Amino acid sequence: MPGVKRIAGRSVALDRRDVDTDQIIPASWLKRVERTGFAAGLFGAWREDPDFVLNRPGAAEARVLVAGSNFGCGSSREHAVWALQDFGFQAVVAPSFGDIFRNNSINAGLVPAKVTEEGVARLFAALSANPDAEVAVDVAAREVTIPSAGLNEPFELADYAQWRLLEGLDDIGLTLRHEEAITAFEATRPAWLPSLAGQ
Amino acid sequence: MTGRLFDKIWDRHLVATPEGEPPLLYIDMHLVHEVTSPQAFEGIELAGRKVRRPDLTVATMDHDVPTIGLDKPIADELAAKQIERLRRNARVHGVTLFPLGSPEQGIVHVIGPQLGLTQPGMTIVCGDSHTSTHGAFGTLAFGIGTSEVEHVLATQTLRQVKPAAMAVTVDGDLGPELTAKDLVLGIIRALGTGGGVGSVIEYRGPAVRALSMQGRMTVCNMSIEGGARAGMIAPDDTTFAFLEGRQYSPKGKLWERALDDWRSLATDDGAEFDREIRVDASALRPAVTWGTNPAQSVTIDDMVPDPSSMSTPELRNGAERALAYMGLTPGTAIRDITVDTVFIGSCTNGRLEDLRAAADVARGRKVSPGVRALIVPGSARVKADAEAEGLDRVFTDAGFEWRSAGCSMCLGMNGDILAPGQRSASTSNRNFEGRQGPGGRTHLVSPAVAAATAVAGHFSLPGDL
Repeated sequence: MPGVKRIAGRSVALDRRDVDTDQIIPASWLKRVERTGFAAGLFGAWREDPDFVLNRPGAAEARVLVAGSNFGCGSSREHAVWALQDFGFQAVVAPSFGDIFRNNSINAGLVPAKVTEEGVARLFAALSANPDAEVAVDVAAREVTIPSAGLNEPFELADYAQWRLLEGLDDIGLTLRHEEAITAFEATRPAWLPSLAGQ
Repeated sequence: MTGRLFDKIWDRHLVATPEGEPPLLYIDMHLVHEVTSPQAFEGIELAGRKVRRPDLTVATMDHDVPTIGLDKPIADELAAKQIERLRRNARVHGVTLFPLGSPEQGIVHVIGPQLGLTQPGMTIVCGDSHTSTHGAFGTLAFGIGTSEVEHVLATQTLRQVKPAAMAVTVDGDLGPELTAKDLVLGIIRALGTGGGVGSVIEYRGPAVRALSMQGRMTVCNMSIEGGARAGMIAPDDTTFAFLEGRQYSPKGKLWERALDDWRSLATDDGAEFDREIRVDASALRPAVTWGTNPAQSVTIDDMVPDPSSMSTPELRNGAERALAYMGLTPGTAIRDITVDTVFIGSCTNGRLEDLRAAADVARGRKVSPGVRALIVPGSARVKADAEAEGLDRVFTDAGFEWRSAGCSMCLGMNGDILAPGQRSASTSNRNFEGRQGPGGRTHLVSPAVAAATAVAGHFSLPGDL
């Protein structure tokens, strides 16, 4: 996974709250056994509306999605993150995220930038005035900027998540550094715990 | 000492707490299904890794399996390929699989408890957000994404920032027409869809204590619909009675030792929570959702709400969008809304107790003409047990379809779907747009209300019939 330091480009403003992962990628797409090939399914049902924001000119070049609170709630499907990435998004900016979606994003290298409600409202207002404005998400500085509107909104991202995104680190590789501790822990587990051994 | 149940389980699973990194948590049981695992198995193979603990990993097929015509090959090629891939992955990596056709196959969150694989004090994860179901046993159980599935396969651990602890205390008693489903829909209405984000909920209070294990599973199952990472209920004699004698429950001296330990799994008096909400059970009535998220519900005695009465512009806009999608007019009595389809099943309400509640309503009655009504048991074992009691006959005599086990119309991956514009009364957990099929309109209800609605053709209580 390549590291991601700063993302800059066009954006799509999706001013809705509680966007669930069923909307991001409908269940019919979950039968794929690959991690790629989901772009056409992104917001599949909503894109049937010609006025939907993803159908507007320039959306195909967008790198940043700005959305309402509780983005990515619902199903654990990481396919939602893969679909956003396949379409071209590298960051999602929202006041809050579903917990599983946020973890999936960090694991897959999509930046979940948590900006305050007021900050996201300012971003929506600026993008409403100028939909073509460049939006930058700076992972190192933890800020979202719209230079043409003079906006600079800090975002929350835990240090460890920031480090992994910046360096593109494989979490499993990091965990396996603790293999001795895992083995030692396993020796202490109570005997009554269930096991499928010998099946 | 004033520890919370959540802390006690968390602390005993800490493998390492490296400086500047999230702690490493040991996972006692990893449940795997066909939809969220293929990319994870591929990932460990590409990296030259192996499944660390196949003995702590169990797989089944549930999300896209057919619930009809099991004697024939699976018609959906993509689903067939995904199911075959799980069979292959389980074989290659030595993981126990309960495949389609096995007497133990079923929805992953139904078979774990049924087999006794879900026990108090454990950590359980699965690539499915309704893993919170297992919290009913005093277990820390939560849904994960596919990258995390790969991480657990390879290391039997997860890195997790410790969530906050929230208490939901339910005072009073549930009235005679109320079920665990009505309780949890009431809790989510109070909490809001995002109210539980970043938290693990402990459900407490007399109304929770009075629930059966099946009811407790229904409540914990829907924790995620309030945004919570997990939900849990401290184990008690109800829990232990459910577990005793199950296939993977401890036996003999180990059972006694386990019991001693499990009795210590409770929140200490005086322990404080990061947040607490209280719900009065005696003020609840049977719930019906009217919108496109599970927090958008009213009672069956109410009317479709008017968005202009909502407190914030965001809620107002959300309600307007939801009503437009649902094809509903504010002020319509909930009981006047007619349905095309009734779905009884899912990891929320697909257990034997749920089917018994529905059968009690269906017995001697007929499904309303023009209504399609499906009963989909949560597992092959639930199906067999229901048939042993004659429930299948009750349902088929009344005009319900009696299907085989799987997730089915809860998420509509297997072809059991609503047509565009069709309306369902569903015992599942999500009323999101298109959840049960593109353009489908879902109302979440309890099994008793679903069965009564099938008979009446519009939303009804059993007592209305």
